[in-house]
Amino acid sequence: MQAFLHQVLSGLANGGIYASVALALVMIYQATHHVNFAQGEMAMFSTYVCWLLLQAGVPYWVAFILTLGFAFAAGVAIERIIVRPVEQAPVLTVVAVFIGLLLIINSLAGWLFSYTIKAFPSPFPSDAWYGSPFMSPHEVGMIFVTMVVLALVFFFFRFTPLGLAMRAAAQNPVSSRLVGIRVGWMLAIGWGLAGLIGSVAGMMAAPIVYLDPYMMTGILLYGFAAALVGGIDNAWGAVLGGFTVGVLENVAGAYVVGTELKLTVALAIIIGVLVIRPSGLFGRVLVTRV
Amino acid sequence: MTMATIETSRPAAARQYAGLSLRAWRIVGVAALLVGACALPFALSSYHLFQATQVLVYAMVLLGLNILTGFNGQISLGHGAFYAIGAYTAAVLLDKTGVPYWATIPLAGAVCLVAGFLFGRPALRLEGHYLALATFALAVSTPQILKYKHFEEWTGGVQGIVITKPDAPLGLPLDSDQWLYFFCLLWTVPLFVIGWNLLRGRTGRAMVAIRDHPMAAATMGIDTALYKSMTFGVSAMYTGIAGALGALVAQFVSPDSFGFPLSIQFLVGIVVGGIASISGAVFGAIFIEFVPNIADQISKAAPQAIYGIFLITSMYLMPMGVAGVIRRATARLARMTGERPPR
Repeated sequence: MQAFLHQVLSGLANGGIYASVALALVMIYQATHHVNFAQGEMAMFSTYVCWLLLQAGVPYWVAFILTLGFAFAAGVAIERIIVRPVEQAPVLTVVAVFIGLLLIINSLAGWLFSYTIKAFPSPFPSDAWYGSPFMSPHEVGMIFVTMVVLALVFFFFRFTPLGLAMRAAAQNPVSSRLVGIRVGWMLAIGWGLAGLIGSVAGMMAAPIVYLDPYMMTGILLYGFAAALVGGIDNAWGAVLGGFTVGVLENVAGAYVVGTELKLTVALAIIIGVLVIRPSGLFGRVLVTRV
Repeated sequence: MTMATIETSRPAAARQYAGLSLRAWRIVGVAALLVGACALPFALSSYHLFQATQVLVYAMVLLGLNILTGFNGQISLGHGAFYAIGAYTAAVLLDKTGVPYWATIPLAGAVCLVAGFLFGRPALRLEGHYLALATFALAVSTPQILKYKHFEEWTGGVQGIVITKPDAPLGLPLDSDQWLYFFCLLWTVPLFVIGWNLLRGRTGRAMVAIRDHPMAAATMGIDTALYKSMTFGVSAMYTGIAGALGALVAQFVSPDSFGFPLSIQFLVGIVVGGIASISGAVFGAIFIEFVPNIADQISKAAPQAIYGIFLITSMYLMPMGVAGVIRRATARLARMTGERPPR
């Protein structure tokens, strides 16, 4: 029982990371109906930036904030320069551009920082009072950080004029433009925020999976699964989906299929959701008028 | 229809270029290509011959992927998985049973046809991004499935399976590398002819119609569900046959060579070669065989970076790939040399 509880709780901790990635994916999907295959690599690159800052002797939380700024700026830049020209293009074009972006960011990281695996520090000391036999302090801290980020994102969208404008731009671009919202910039900010949220996931995941250019591939897959479980157009669903997938992955890995098939669990979840209930648990069911 | 469109849609065969019709030129071109392909193994060193054989294998994969993604509009980021199924079918048959090597190829094709059809069934409900996502997941998890410990008895787990290269039959005066090249060519040419016929005919038009407007296609009486899942099956079959041949060429299969990068390589191949183009498969195959090899000498990160850059820039600059550029160039050449259509 204790072992099971341990699996569930550490699943929840991983779930926090998946929830962040899923939330980043959902934000871009809501605004542009694009699935960002490069989301994981953007997070990975930001994590390297944080690592660089830490190497330079910057205190952790300062480096953390600076990295968030970098991730935001990078997200905006990518939207403006690379994604914008293909905004209205056919799906295959968009997918190809995102995959290209994935490859470029990945090889850039490999070229700049080498492919050797690096250790990444956790900001939460391993003997902290909030640690327990069930969860390490880092896992507790990870859930806490994820929750804070999610709350901030929620407050931003719910209670600030900019958040309102962004929601409007995503929902009805034409009318938003008519009332004076700069829709193009709203999309860019959306990308920036997605990059920022993704980078939190990267920095929280790195102490566990270690830092290398391929660290996010598996996490991105779980992020996709999480976003689909919750419904890819529903932010709360994505968060809940993240925690669900995290627990499911850990429990299935420990008791059902073994750790070697963990990624296959994600594949099964993705295909299962798409086949049985493509709109996810909380997504809107799309009805096409003929 | 206006007068001008009637004039320009006149059959191209009627026009002459340097004494031959366009159709005759095309036949001459294909014949020259075939003669060149047959002469190649006697002119190349064994390493370059290995590369040429790889190009043939990739060309088959890319044609298969192009049938699905280019002509039918179903995006697959996971064709590496079908390549792996083909390769492993051949390898396991060779390793565990007494099946001769030439018989493993059609068997691998048949297995992949079924696998593709079965994957294509649920994929019917997925469109655009969702299908890309599902196949992305397939590509990423393929190596894990191949390593699974309960399959280890057959698949050899992480170690993979070593295959011996077949010798030339009937006492042909060829060494095993040359024979393997011809063996691949013997599969490539018929598969391209079949593909050409399939895509030019009624079936191909139905596929394209489904890509361009599924609802209109259904209204015209096309069974879209059947066509889409059959296309998936056929595409997987091409890829599986190529996978089996690829296993013979590489003489080795192992789980980690069939991961996400392989599927991406195929995507790069069709995008650079030319989407919805048969000849594009060949250009794409040449690209993915040689460019990473050259780039590898610069740095380990370079091949991927070049793939990425080519993916993005081809989307901006040449959306129909190399084949599209060539088509436009020849059309311009024809306009310049041939008689101008009256305006």
